[in-house]
Parts: sequence; C-alpha cells; structure tokens
Amino acid sequence: MTDAAAASGPHTPKDGTLRRRTPIVPQRSVAGRALIIVIAIMTFLSCLTLGAVTLVRDTAAVWQTQIAREATIQIKPDDGFDIEQALVEARDVAAGFAGVRYATIVDREATARLLEPWLGAGLNIDDLPVPRLVIVTIDESAPPDFAAMRSSLEAAVENVSLDDHRNWVDRLITMARTTVTIGLAVLVLMLSATIMTVVFATRGAMAGNEPVIEVLHFVGAESGFIAAEFRRHFLWIGLKGAAIGGLAAIIVFVAFAWWSSMNLATPEADQATALFGNFAIGATGYAGVLIVLVIVAGLTAATSHATVVARLNQIEIGRTDHA
Amino acid sequence: MGPEILRDISFQIPKGSFQFLSGPSGAGKTTLLRLLFLALAPTRGLITVFGKDRTLIKRNELPYLRRKIGVVFQDFRLLDHMTTYENVALPMRVRGRDESSYRNDVVELLKWVGLGERINVLPPVLSGGEKQRAAIARALIEQPEILLADEPTGNVDPTLARRLLRLFIELNRSGTAVVIATHDLQLMDQVDARRMVLAEGRLTLHD
Repeated sequence: MTDAAAASGPHTPKDGTLRRRTPIVPQRSVAGRALIIVIAIMTFLSCLTLGAVTLVRDTAAVWQTQIAREATIQIKPDDGFDIEQALVEARDVAAGFAGVRYATIVDREATARLLEPWLGAGLNIDDLPVPRLVIVTIDESAPPDFAAMRSSLEAAVENVSLDDHRNWVDRLITMARTTVTIGLAVLVLMLSATIMTVVFATRGAMAGNEPVIEVLHFVGAESGFIAAEFRRHFLWIGLKGAAIGGLAAIIVFVAFAWWSSMNLATPEADQATALFGNFAIGATGYAGVLIVLVIVAGLTAATSHATVVARLNQIEIGRTDHA
Repeated sequence: MGPEILRDISFQIPKGSFQFLSGPSGAGKTTLLRLLFLALAPTRGLITVFGKDRTLIKRNELPYLRRKIGVVFQDFRLLDHMTTYENVALPMRVRGRDESSYRNDVVELLKWVGLGERINVLPPVLSGGEKQRAAIARALIEQPEILLADEPTGNVDPTLARRLLRLFIELNRSGTAVVIATHDLQLMDQVDARRMVLAEGRLTLHD
C-alpha cells in the first residue's frame, strides 16, 4: 500500500476527520424510533395502572384499620334514668377489658356538635331524647372479646348497646378486596397488553432488519454473534423507551403528591384525602415502576433475539427459498 | 414439498478451476448456487463440500465452511447504512478481527476493483456497476477457496462486464475456483472455460 493510500485510509475522509465506526445494526430507523415511542407509552400506562393499584390497595388497608380501631357504646335515655352515671359505668366496664386501649365518653357539648348539622346551633340536649355515646378505642393487634363485653355491659348498665362496627368492617373488607382484585385484574390486562404490544412492535421493527441478518449470515457470522448484535441494540431501545415512560409516570406520581400536599386545606382535597389518603405512591409503586422498566427492556431484547434465531432457522432450512 | 427443481445432477468443482453455470431463467441456477453455498440442504442426494458430507456437517460448523466460500449475490446484498469500505470489511469484522489487521487489505482490494475513490460512500449513492464491484470485493476479501457469483454482470454494460470478467480470471489465477452463473453468451465466449448448462432441472457439462 502506498503512503498516499495510508494517509487517506478508509475511515479518513478527504477533510481528514476520522469517521466513526458504523454499528452493524442500523441505529436510526423509523421503525426503531416508533418502537421507542410505543414502548414509552405502554410503560407509562402500565406504571400508572400499577401506581393506581398500589394506591387503592394501601387506601383499602387504611379504611379497614381505621374503622376496626373503634367500637361504640350507645346508651338511650329514659325517664328517671341517670344517663351520666350510666355513661361512666359503661366506660369503666369497657376500659376494664383486655384489648381496649381506652374508652372516652362523648360529652354533652360534643354530642350537640354532632347533631348541629341537622338540628342547628344552640341545641339544649336535655330537651331531646338523644342517645349518648362512649367511644372505645381498640388494640387492633389483640381486639377484645366483643360478646363478653356486650354481656358485661348489659349486666351493668340499662338501655345499653355495643356496636363493634363488625358489619361495616365486613362490608369494607369485601369492598376493599373487590376493589384491589379489580385493580389487579386491570393491571394484569395492562401488563399483558404491554407485553404483546412490545413483542409485536419489536417484531415489526425487526422486519426491516431481515436483510442485515441474511447478509451477516452469508458472510459467515455465527448465529450467536448476530443474535448478540441485535439483542444489544434492542435492549438499548427497550431501556430508552421504558425509561422515558417510567420517568413520565414518576413525574405524574410526584405531581399528584405535590398537588395533594399543596391543597390540604381545601374541600376538594379533603374529599380526595378521605377517599385515597394523601395520594402518595409508596415505595412499592416506585419499585413496581423499576420492575416494569426492567421487564419491558428485557422483553424487547428477548423478542429481538427470538426473531433473529427464528429467521436464521428459516434461512438454514431454506424454508423461504424459491428457485 | 415444492416442485423438484434439480434432479440427476452429478459434478465436481476442482480446486482452482473456472466454470460458467448457464441456462434459461428459472432453470435452477440460483438454487444450485445456494446448495453449493450451504444455504439450502438437498431434499435427497449427496453433496460433499471440502470433503465433508453436507448432511453430516453440524450447524455450528457451517459459518466456518462458509468463510471458505465467497458469494456474489445477484442483488448485491450490500448494507445500505454502511460505507463501501465497511461493507467489504464486514466478513472480517464479524469474525472479531481487529480493524488495523485488515484495513490496508480492504483498501487495496477496493482499489483493485476500481472503487478506491468510493471508500466512504454509502451504497445508495453507488451506481449498479459500483455496487456489483463492492459485492465482488466483499466476496474476495477473505481469499476464499471458491467464489460463487450469481449473474455478476447482469446489471452492468458490456465494457464493465469484460472488466469484471478479467477480475474473476485474475482471481482464478491466484488459486480460487470460480463458478459464474450467467446466461450471457457473449461473456462466456470470451473465456475458454468449462460450461455447466442447466435445463429443465438437468445438468449438461461441456468441458
């Protein structure tokens, strides 16, 4: 080779700058860009669904524990019946039970406040036969024997009834379980749709690369080499798309949490907080985003690998050949 | 199973030989070349490649055998996103060889086929004849023991066809067996070489 030829080597264009080595798999294709967008959208939707499901699950758990944390003793008034004395006795009986943290009498002022929305301000509670309440706070980990408590109360105090909220708790548990089950079903559907979309979109993007696979094969590249080139390329595409989608979902989560904290005192936020807690996605949600990201990227790489192997098998057995 | 394309065929391609494979379109020239290139397995019959029975060759051995066979496809099969240099260097690159070990060889070969000025050009910019020469250079870069060329002059004018033929003859003189599939009688008349004529799936040899 002459010196002149060496000076103008293959990767040295006439302006003297070095040309970057072109990757074997074409990097900037329309199909590749479309695949990144599809992966980003599907990852975003999957992560949002996952976040919503974790939010509902956490909220359902809070509903259950909050309502199961208390029981209510109700004492009805009667002629010649010392309701204040009965309240004290009922509180003492309840507080004596194991599994009860403490019992509190809802005093006359608090009772009047409870009725204020319906009966207006300045209510004299003695003018009406209003039942009085004792709130019993329960140790959720070791709840008391409600049947025994009910018997003891009935033995000690007249006109008494104990509401352990069991009906509400049972209904809420059923509702929470149903909600979480529906959420999980939606998540499974969403993840299945994501998997199928990613698989088909990857196969679509791979279709344009068939000539590359064939040429590599015919110039003597080993199957493992070809598969590795495509796997690496599509893993990178999958990671890029999934990272964009996952990041967008995290931004939405953070924005919701921020909006929730900024509007704590407003009636709208109070309504939302009553239903969904503080709208914060827990660590499970963020870990889920990471898992979805890894699954989607891995799936993209695995699909490209499987497509290359299938194509090479086709070439090898000459299935697509025609004379 | 599709129609029988080739039958009752028996021939040998000796080392360093030169032959034309001709016949009308659809006679099975491409199929025969694909069989020789190990891209197809025969439904029955025996093919021995470099002394090995085709049916006994393991799949993972095929890439190593293919490296001894250079192929020029009728449709060139150049990768459009790679430069002429990179296309020609591809066989070396897929073997994991360091670029510095083959760079000069590739440049020399490109000059030999008249593409010294088109090294950094992408295939879509090349003319049909230039693509053809790039495809030939890619097939030759590893100095194969046998070169199979499918209609290598099908897309070029007669002058360039003669140049390409001289290139094949020169290659043959350096020890490579050459099989050129063509139905260009003028081209065949220029060289006194064995002719393998395919017609209706049968092969006639004219030594």
